[in-house]
Amino acid sequence: METSLKRAPDKAETRHKPSRPCTREDFDRVRRVLGRKVLFTQGDIAISYGALLAGCRFFAGYPITPATETAEIMSRLLPRVGGTCIQMEDEIASMGAIIGASWTGARSMTATSGPGFSLMQENIGYAAMTETPCVVVDVQRSGPSTGQPTEGAQGDIMQAKWGSHGDYELIALSPSTVQECLDLTIKAFNLADTYRVPVILLTDGIIGHMREKITLPEFEEVTITPRKQPSTSKEAYLPFADDGTQIPEMSTFGTGFRTYITGLTHTENGYPSTDNQPNHDRLIRRLCDKIRNNRDKIVEVERDYEDASRGETIGIVSYGATSRSVDYAVKALRQSGIKIDHLRIITNWPFPENEVVELAERVGRIVVPELNLGQACHSVREAVAGRCEITPLWKIGGEMHTPQEIMDAVRGNSD
Amino acid sequence: MRTELRFVASGGQGIILAGVILGEGAINDGKEAVQTQSYGPESRGGAARSEVIIADEEIDYPMVIAADCLVTLSQPGYDKYRTGIKPGATVIVDEDLVDVDEPPAGCTFHRLPFTKAADKLGNRIFTNIVVLGSVCAITGVVSQESLLEAVKANVPKRFLESNTQAFMEGVAIGRQALAQKG
Repeated sequence: METSLKRAPDKAETRHKPSRPCTREDFDRVRRVLGRKVLFTQGDIAISYGALLAGCRFFAGYPITPATETAEIMSRLLPRVGGTCIQMEDEIASMGAIIGASWTGARSMTATSGPGFSLMQENIGYAAMTETPCVVVDVQRSGPSTGQPTEGAQGDIMQAKWGSHGDYELIALSPSTVQECLDLTIKAFNLADTYRVPVILLTDGIIGHMREKITLPEFEEVTITPRKQPSTSKEAYLPFADDGTQIPEMSTFGTGFRTYITGLTHTENGYPSTDNQPNHDRLIRRLCDKIRNNRDKIVEVERDYEDASRGETIGIVSYGATSRSVDYAVKALRQSGIKIDHLRIITNWPFPENEVVELAERVGRIVVPELNLGQACHSVREAVAGRCEITPLWKIGGEMHTPQEIMDAVRGNSD
Repeated sequence: MRTELRFVASGGQGIILAGVILGEGAINDGKEAVQTQSYGPESRGGAARSEVIIADEEIDYPMVIAADCLVTLSQPGYDKYRTGIKPGATVIVDEDLVDVDEPPAGCTFHRLPFTKAADKLGNRIFTNIVVLGSVCAITGVVSQESLLEAVKANVPKRFLESNTQAFMEGVAIGRQALAQKG
């Protein structure tokens, strides 16, 4: 007897498929939804666009100024490209949701600001321990606590690295233009999948709310690095085995590869092993070394150096919004005959130690402007290790450094 | 060539959107533009500031250093920012919302009826679009076609006509002001 019943589509097939981040078809669909190629838009929105173009199909978040626009755009556009957006009850849950989504094979992201970023720390540690690729956007505002909601700051630089307890490494990137918000979001997803770590996109309320011209990339211009899939049989698969690269192959829930995940110290099969010193040592060193040993591949900086002798050159190390004030100041200073080497940090973590050392050997003094009361300058000082002088230039309260303030610090006019 | 424009008003007067549209207009002209904003946590009232930098080349510092053009729709905004202008800057205030005893020295000063014009069009919500029309006519920093295109791209479809009308009214007010200055 014939039956008219059709087999329901296999849900596992129709939902987030493993390693599918942005095929050409997906990409073209996103581009159609985004509309014009050249746009005048905000950093927060460019982050959402970058995420969609990178194949992010799951977003969970809780609204907070100045990061809300990212969530708004994801809630509007993700359903139109086959993705899922959930407003969770808070940031703790948001972080939990993106970790879970990541294990279903989706590229997943959340976006928040200081107070929410604080709440996310526990689960960021969980993501680091379980080696779950995900992207966390922190649009920094003035803190501590609820601070100045509508004002930008760079006060979470240290928290991004040290916010959760225990030893772990992750990656943090600082865009300084709206275009870079888009570009670095795509890069963040690639780094997360390549190294199986949470990647923090560390922007701020200034860049997040600033509008600038951006150009959407074409499919050929975008590199997508999918996560490494299991190469063994289902029976032989060990979810946390080092295959020699220190980065384990990652299965996807629902595909038949038995995977047990825990925040407890675990062995290669994922099961807890909490009273064995060598096991713990091996696991945590691998988690740190997979980033530390690849520092040179991960770190990105921009050098604007002059060809001058050491005695007459002054260095500046900057990142994020602050680099915009520095760029202006550098032009003006050079016009007045002052030699400047400007190192712009794009990868805040792992910290570009070698690059700072290289600068310290070129200059007599390094100025470090930051929108906080001294964070990256600690890492700069550690790298410089007495090779040259350091002039920190701190500013808080919501306004960027004016170019004049940078120029004064370079000339030695400020206290 | 870097042109810096600053709009200050109370929250709710649409000044941030005015800056966004002006920036987009400049992009339509093929120029570079950056728009930044500053506002308090409240959605109405409080001080709102919108800044636009327009240049032929890439823009580094995104904020106003000294304004080439200052537009104010609120007394506190005028009082706070009247000094942050370049010599020879254009200063424009709403004649009903800002009292000015003595215009800043050396500037080109215009006292214009933005709110009145919007009221005449039937809704004060058009004030920011009237402002854009006048700024366009007076400063010429963005072409009228490009700016109108940006206005149309940023308002609801059913209000296209009324916003176009508001923009053209602003252009007329601006032209008249220029003619009076000779």
